[in-house]
Amino acid sequence: MPIQEIVFYGLSFLSIYVQIFLLITFIERRKEIKYRTGQHIDLKEYPSVTVVVPCWNEEKTIGGTIESLLALDYPSDKVNIILVDDGSTDNTWNVMQGYIGNPQITAYQKENGGKHTAMNLGISKTTTPFIGCLDADSFVDHQALKRIMTYFDDTEVMAVSPAIIVTKPKNVVQRIQKIEYHWGIYTKKMLGLNGAIHVAPGPFSIIRTSVFAKIGNFKKAHNTEDMEIAYRMQANHMKIEHANDAFVYTVTPNTVKKLYKQRLRWIYGFIQNTIDYRRLLFKKEYGNFGYFTLPSGVLSVVSVVFIFFFTIYNIGHFIVQQTIKISTVGVSLPTATHIFDPFYINTKAITIVTLVLYGTVILAMLIGSRMAEGKPKFSFSFIWFFIIYSVIAPFWLMKAVYNTVFAKKTAWR
Amino acid sequence: MDWKKYLIVFILTAGVFGSALYVSNTLNGKKLTELKSIEDKLSIDILSSEVQYSLLEELSCNQVTTSVLSDELSSLADKITYSEENLGANSDQISQLKQSYSLLEIKDYLLMKKISERCNKKSVFVLYFYSNEDACPDCVKQGYILTDLRQAYPELRVYSFDYNLNLSAVKAMISIYKVPSDLPGLVINGQVYSGLQTREQIESVLKLKLQTKTPTATKTKVQQ
Repeated sequence: MPIQEIVFYGLSFLSIYVQIFLLITFIERRKEIKYRTGQHIDLKEYPSVTVVVPCWNEEKTIGGTIESLLALDYPSDKVNIILVDDGSTDNTWNVMQGYIGNPQITAYQKENGGKHTAMNLGISKTTTPFIGCLDADSFVDHQALKRIMTYFDDTEVMAVSPAIIVTKPKNVVQRIQKIEYHWGIYTKKMLGLNGAIHVAPGPFSIIRTSVFAKIGNFKKAHNTEDMEIAYRMQANHMKIEHANDAFVYTVTPNTVKKLYKQRLRWIYGFIQNTIDYRRLLFKKEYGNFGYFTLPSGVLSVVSVVFIFFFTIYNIGHFIVQQTIKISTVGVSLPTATHIFDPFYINTKAITIVTLVLYGTVILAMLIGSRMAEGKPKFSFSFIWFFIIYSVIAPFWLMKAVYNTVFAKKTAWR
Repeated sequence: MDWKKYLIVFILTAGVFGSALYVSNTLNGKKLTELKSIEDKLSIDILSSEVQYSLLEELSCNQVTTSVLSDELSSLADKITYSEENLGANSDQISQLKQSYSLLEIKDYLLMKKISERCNKKSVFVLYFYSNEDACPDCVKQGYILTDLRQAYPELRVYSFDYNLNLSAVKAMISIYKVPSDLPGLVINGQVYSGLQTREQIESVLKLKLQTKTPTATKTKVQQ
């Protein structure tokens, strides 16, 4: 068996393992998953929460973000909103001024220093026991905060991440991200149930303020401060939960180029943070985070890059064969018998294994869509998802690996 | 750490993975069984032709079926080639199929040669000796050229043999025609040609052979 096939089988086995691990978690613990759509929730007490909104040139979306926070179904005297203008060069600060006078809102302006510095300014001004972040391109569902706060009944829970939904997808690039985000809700919930979450996303993760006193503030962390804080919390054995029914709507990149830049930052951040926290890998005391989350992430980077080259190799081989044929005898069409004879249906082991792998992924996506929308929904976007991501994902992955090897930094935008 | 869960997931994954391999193996096995049944049918057909030939003295030449087998042999050759490339795990079975296929080809060749002589049918017989891609890079090209020529010249009958096939009958053919190991090797109506023969080279030989004969609509086969 050629070496590339052995590697293919090895990576496929591990990828199927990851999907089955998550699926078993889902089957085992499905009763613990809350779906409270339409339910009225009353908390025993309503702890005060500060939501920091770091902004950099967000004049178009900041208003909607603030309005969604003001509309939260949570006692308004318990929700403080700190707006931080991180050196915007557009009209963001003026839009913020429109909200001055609202007792819930305070606004600060500072020189541009990166999102982590804006967050840290917010933390320094926070007096409440809970603190959250809301990126200025995201909007919260009015029930989100209540649903999140129920998880803090468990005093061991130090942070809760929300379910992020793509808001009003307008084109195919955003529609495939919608599917991906739905899939992400399932994956994150399963990781949460295994105590193995690796990111407390910028859109509306809520963290106990005491966490920052214990482990320090946000760091630049390769422009993925929301990932690094989760790594650091895991390193300090702090529990992170996922509120799968606390929805936050976010604006996603609407072009392939913007998507590429965003993902390059994410993957680069993942690789760098994993290198920074490599001591957690395969260490018993860090549980599923060290044994499952981090290795799975590394596996996905390696697999996508490998499959890309594997496919290129196969296409290259086909082109070489066809070139020899055409240069020898000219162009000819395949005979009709080859097209219609079931004998020529590909039944190679490699094909069946690939189908099984895709099957497990599609199943996960359907469960994700059920968690997000109440019922599993298959759409054409699934097909676009596989086509577009298998073509473009390898590029941001490879660039992230390249940047890591040659020590190049990624930009926010 | 819930090691039990890791173990259970491993067992399940191995089960799923194993099932995928099993399904593939079963489907491939069915394909090989299909090939075997095609070979069995062809074997009967050739036997039937041989019997017809024996009866030739009592039959007129145009009552002998000569063109049916070639298409089926050709289709079988395509399937065996496809199986060799795609069903590598069953190489022993494929090797056996190739052996019996080669025998069928030799039988067809001998019979067609006799019928051609006896009934004055004008055919050109090409015995094509090839080897796998690594040992003979030009064999791929030679295969394409012969397939193409077969379509252009219906009088051409091509029989392809794996030079390294472990079958005494093929070895006997190699020895009888003194086919050198410099592959690809062609034997055109008894004359040996070694190394890659271009379309033009083969065509010039063909035209020469066909000049003295009247073309007939005999079908042929080729293995790439």
